[in-house]
Amino acid sequence: MNLDVVYHKHDVIVVGAGIAGLYAALKTSGQVDTAVLSKVYPTRSHSGAAQGGCAASLGNVMEDHWEWHMYDTVRGSDFLGDQDAQELLVRDAVPVMYEMEHLGVPFDRTDDGRIAQRPFGGHFGNFGKTPMKRSCYAADRTGHAQLHCLYQQCVKNEVRFYNEFYALSLIMHDGVCQGLVAWDMREGGLHVFHARAVHLATGGYARCWKITSNAMANTGDGLALVMRQGLPLEDMEFVQFHPTGVWQHGMLVSEAARGEGGYLINDKGERFMENYAKAKMELAPRDVVSRAEQTEINEGRGIDGKDCVYIDLRHLGKEKILTRLPQVRELALKFVGRDMITDPIPIQPTAHYSMGGIPVNLDTAVLSGTGKETVPGLFASGECACVSVHGANRLGTNSTLECAVYGRRGGLKMLDYLRQKPSHDELRDDADALAREEVGKLLGTAGKQGVRPVELREEMQATMQQNVAVFRNEEGLKKQVDIAQDLRRRYKDVVLDDGGTYSNSDLIEAIELGNMLDYSYVIARCALERTECRGAHWRIDHEGRDDKNWHKHTMAWLEGDDIRLDYKPVVITRFQPEERKY
Amino acid sequence: MQRTFKVFRFNPKTDQEPHFDTFTIEVGDSWTVLDGLNAIKWHHDGTLCYRRSCRHGICGSCAMTINGKNDLACEKQLAAIKGTIVVEPLKSFPVVRDLVVGQEDFFDKLRLVKPWLIRREPPPTDKERLQSPQDRRVIDGTWECILCGACTSSCPAYWDNDSFLGPAALLQAFRYVGDTRDEGLDERAGILDSKIGVWRCHTIFNCVEACPKSLNPTDSIVKLRRRLLEQKL
Repeated sequence: MNLDVVYHKHDVIVVGAGIAGLYAALKTSGQVDTAVLSKVYPTRSHSGAAQGGCAASLGNVMEDHWEWHMYDTVRGSDFLGDQDAQELLVRDAVPVMYEMEHLGVPFDRTDDGRIAQRPFGGHFGNFGKTPMKRSCYAADRTGHAQLHCLYQQCVKNEVRFYNEFYALSLIMHDGVCQGLVAWDMREGGLHVFHARAVHLATGGYARCWKITSNAMANTGDGLALVMRQGLPLEDMEFVQFHPTGVWQHGMLVSEAARGEGGYLINDKGERFMENYAKAKMELAPRDVVSRAEQTEINEGRGIDGKDCVYIDLRHLGKEKILTRLPQVRELALKFVGRDMITDPIPIQPTAHYSMGGIPVNLDTAVLSGTGKETVPGLFASGECACVSVHGANRLGTNSTLECAVYGRRGGLKMLDYLRQKPSHDELRDDADALAREEVGKLLGTAGKQGVRPVELREEMQATMQQNVAVFRNEEGLKKQVDIAQDLRRRYKDVVLDDGGTYSNSDLIEAIELGNMLDYSYVIARCALERTECRGAHWRIDHEGRDDKNWHKHTMAWLEGDDIRLDYKPVVITRFQPEERKY
Repeated sequence: MQRTFKVFRFNPKTDQEPHFDTFTIEVGDSWTVLDGLNAIKWHHDGTLCYRRSCRHGICGSCAMTINGKNDLACEKQLAAIKGTIVVEPLKSFPVVRDLVVGQEDFFDKLRLVKPWLIRREPPPTDKERLQSPQDRRVIDGTWECILCGACTSSCPAYWDNDSFLGPAALLQAFRYVGDTRDEGLDERAGILDSKIGVWRCHTIFNCVEACPKSLNPTDSIVKLRRRLLEQKL
C-alpha cells in the first residue's frame, strides 16, 4: 500500500490538548517552535468533562495550609503516592490557581471577590480532622472553564495545532526520542514529526470497562506509544471507580453533588455510609464510597434489588441546585429522565480515573526503569503519567490540579532540557516503518473475512467490568489474564470495513482497540500480582493493606505476549503510613 | 424494539453526489441518536463517519441535524423522535465525509473576536484579581458554550456567503467583553462593529432554538451592540 509521508520539524511536540498538554504548550510557545497534536479538536478533550473543581489551599473561605492538603493527598493515596511529588503538587497549587485566574478562568467568587472554594470528598483541615473548603470551582463545569481558557490562550500565543492527527508511534534512536509518526485523520497519510522534545498528555484509559465516565477518546494512546518502545508503565492496577456514575450509562454525577450535601441512600432509604465511614459519611474518598455502594448492591440493598443506589439532593433546594449543580441536573434529566430537585437519582460505581500510567520524575521526564534514568527527549504529564501524586487512589479535585501543575512544569522543564540540546538529532532512516506497517496491515484487511472489532471490544469491556472492577479476587483476575491473552491473539484477525485512507474512522477505532487490549492485559496482570487491599485495588481474598510486602510501586513491561514485572520503593518524606480510616 | 435511521452519506473521494442510507436496527430503552450511530457503524457499516467523544453533551463533538433540527446526537433521545430518524451533517459547513463537517471557518471566525482575556494592567503577583459575585454572574450564559456549532449552522445570516461572524463567535466575544476583568472592547470594536459583526444579526433567533445548552447568542449580540454604542457616545 502506497502511503504518503510528509515531514515536519518542530522543537517541541505535545500530544494531547487537554489541560496538561495545553499548559505545557503555553509555557514553551513563544520561546521555542511548539506544535500540539490532538486526535480531537482541543476543546473536545476530556478535561472539559471535569466538573467538581480544582484543589488549592488558598484559604479564601477558611484557614487552610498546604501541609493539610498534602496530608489529605498522602492518606487519600493510601500511602502509595510519592511524597516529594505530592508536596510539589500542593505547594504549586496556590500560585498556579492564581495564574489560572489571571489567564481568565471564570471561577465562582466569594462575597469579597476572591476565588470561591467548596467542600469535597477526602479534603479536610487539621490533618484530616475537620471540614474543609478547598475546591476552587466554576459552577459544576470547572474543567470546561479551564480547558477553554487554556485553549484560547494557546490560540492567542499562536501555538501551532495539528487537529485530528493520531499519534501512531514514537521515533526512538539509541534510547533517545526524536519525534513521532502520526496519521492525518482527515486526508489520510503518514506524518513524521521531527522534534527535540515530545510531551505526552494523552489522558486516561478507563474505556476498557463497560460502565465508564470516560469519553470514547480515552483509549490510553500515550501508554501504547511508550509500551511499544519497550518502556515500562507504573501502577496500572490502580484504577478509580467513581461512586456516582449515572446508572447504566456511566457518565459522571460530580462529587460536588456530595460536596454540596447530597446523601447516598439504599433500597431501605438508609444513609448507608454510616456503616462504612461514620465520621466522613458521603465525603469519604471515592474508593471507600464505591466499595460501600458495591457492598450494598452485592448484598441486595440496591434500589429494587438492581445494581444501583440513589443520590438524593432534594433537601438542597432548587436555588442551590440551579446555581451550583446545573450541569449535573441536566445530565440526570436527559439520561434518566429524573429531576434532582424532586427525585433521587440512580447511580453506580463507574470506571473513572487511571492513577497509573507512564512513569515520570518530578520534571515530567519519562523514566526508563525503576531507577532515576530518564529517556532523553520524552516527557509526560496529566492522567497518562504517573509521578506518582495519586498513589493507589486519587482525591477529587486533585486531577485537574495535577494537569495544571505538572503540565505547566513540564513545559518549563522542557525549555531547560532544550537549552542543553541546541539542535535536532539526525532522524533515523526508517522513522515511519512501524507506523507504516501497522496502518498498511489494517487497511489491507478491508472486505476480508475475520473478526469485527466490536466483538473484541465488547468482550473486553464486559469481562473487565466483571473481573477487574471495585472488588477483585485471584480467580477473577486469573480468568481475565487468560481472556486478555486470548483477545490479543484474536486481534491479529481483526478486519475493517473501510480500506480507504480518506477520513477513515474505522481504522482509528481499530488501532485504539489494539491499544486497549494491550494495556487492559497489563492491568489484569498487575492486579493479579498485588495480593493486598490498597486504595482502589481491593482484593477480597486478602485481608487489608500489607505495607510489609506491598508498600511499593508496580512497574510493568509488555514484551511480546509476556509481561515482565518489577517494583520500586515509594518516596516518603513527611508522613509515615498509618491506618486509613474515615 | 426496532427503529429506522436514514443517514446522510457522502465521500467526496468516491461519490459524485450525496445519498441517504437506510438502516433498521434493534435499539435499547434509553438510547440516543449517538447510540444508534454507534450500533450502525459497529455492526452494519464500519465506513460511517461521525465525530463523538464524551457522550454526555459537554465536548460538543457530535452536533448534527436530526430530523431537521440541530442537536447533539449524544443528548437526543430516540424516544423523543417519532418515525424515521433522519441524520444529516450541520448545514452550511462543508462536508468532509458523511456527518463530519469542516470547522475551519467556524474556528477562524472565533479567533477574529480575540476570545481571550485582554488586560493591560499586570495581575497581582501573589493572589487572584478580585471580582464580585455579581460581576461574575454577568457572563453566565456565555462561558458554558461548548463550541458545538449548532447555533452558527442554524443561522440564515451565516448561510449567506458566510459573511457573518455568526452567533457562536459573538457569544464568545461577549463572554470576554462582558467579563469585568477584561479591558478589550477597544481592541475588538473593529471586528465587532464591522460589516460581518454584530449588525449582521437579523434577530431571527434560530440560534436560541438550536443551542443544546439553552444559551442565548442573540442576547449576547444585543449586549455587544449596546456596549459598542455606549463606547461611541
